[in-house]
Amino acid sequence: MPDEKKTPEQNAEEVSRRQFCVKVGMTSIAVAAAGTGVFAYQFLSPNVLYEPSPTVNVGKPDRYPPDSVTLDPETAIYVVRDAGGYFALSAICTHLGCLTAFKPELGIIACPCHGSKFNRDGVKIAGPAPKPLPWLRMWLNDDGELMVDRSTSVATKQLVRV
Amino acid sequence: MANDMQHYVDELHRSRVWRSIFRSGEGDSNLHRAQAVQNNVFLHLFAVKSRRRMLEFNATWYLGTLTLGTFFVLVVTGILLMLYYHPSVPQAYADMKDLQFAVSSGVFLRNLHRWSAHAMVFLVFAHMFKVFYRGAYRTPREFNWVIGVVLLLLTLLLSYTGYLLPWDQLSYWAVTVGSNIASAVPVMGSKIRFLMLGGNSVNANALLRFYVLHCMILPLTAILLMAIHFWRIRKDGGLYAPEKPASQEEK
Repeated sequence: MPDEKKTPEQNAEEVSRRQFCVKVGMTSIAVAAAGTGVFAYQFLSPNVLYEPSPTVNVGKPDRYPPDSVTLDPETAIYVVRDAGGYFALSAICTHLGCLTAFKPELGIIACPCHGSKFNRDGVKIAGPAPKPLPWLRMWLNDDGELMVDRSTSVATKQLVRV
Repeated sequence: MANDMQHYVDELHRSRVWRSIFRSGEGDSNLHRAQAVQNNVFLHLFAVKSRRRMLEFNATWYLGTLTLGTFFVLVVTGILLMLYYHPSVPQAYADMKDLQFAVSSGVFLRNLHRWSAHAMVFLVFAHMFKVFYRGAYRTPREFNWVIGVVLLLLTLLLSYTGYLLPWDQLSYWAVTVGSNIASAVPVMGSKIRFLMLGGNSVNANALLRFYVLHCMILPLTAILLMAIHFWRIRKDGGLYAPEKPASQEEK
């Protein structure tokens, strides 16, 4: 194999000046293209979002009648009052993000978009939804008001007792 | 009188200003006709010669041309609608209602934009079926078919981004559902949704992004690809004419 042992001078002879310049040029274009990609990605991702806080004050516990499911459409939260206490359920359908509604006459939560149905614990009964409605973290603040963190889901059957 | 008019028209055609714009000059030879096409920036995208039977309705049903026509209608009406529409959350819905009830001819332009959009989607599909069943996508026209598929996607994206702009319940939930479908892409789905909406929910950023996509990025991309689409028809020898059996006369 004649290629294996070569002095640096011989190697240098194989790359002409033109080839070298082409390589430098192509490499710098590749670097610039990658930089443009990063630049575009960073520019298109907003660093500051003026979206509503995920933490919501849903008011005093006695606002909610016993054994009730109350939807706040603005925050997309169900506050459910059970015999054992309170819990918060996301009202956003796990299928494609529509706002669900509680049907008191049937005692179920139903999605108007594609017909998913859930019971009042968020467990799926029917429809295309792949997952149950998540339970959201809920706690009492120092003023005795119920707080809900929409960004944090918790295990089911964690009731807030008042 | 008629001779006088003809005299002035001839004089105009010979004038330096006219000849500086329309260079090919007079004459109805094939050369002059070809030059008239080649010297015009818009016409030069099209083939210099067409077979007579390709210009008959049966050959293409004019579906591609009609699609281009709806696109022109959409550009003109869209630009006019932009004069009254603010892409912001407090104003978008009210501006849409103003266009319907307060702006002179606003409801006409808005409905024309909407119906043309529906017609364009229909015509694009019809055009593709016609091209497919006539076999007009075959060598050497494969790449023009690919450009056509990208143009189909652009048409659908234009419809989708335009759908959000009225900012009513229908458009809000349609885009909520649509952006959640985008987030079903493996690995980077939620990132795609975040970039598309400019946030985590359909909100002011999403409205502005869809507006910019709808009014600038997608139409400009479509115009560029349409220019290539037409130019390639010319380069591939004009509209596709299937070979007729030898017994039949060429029209």
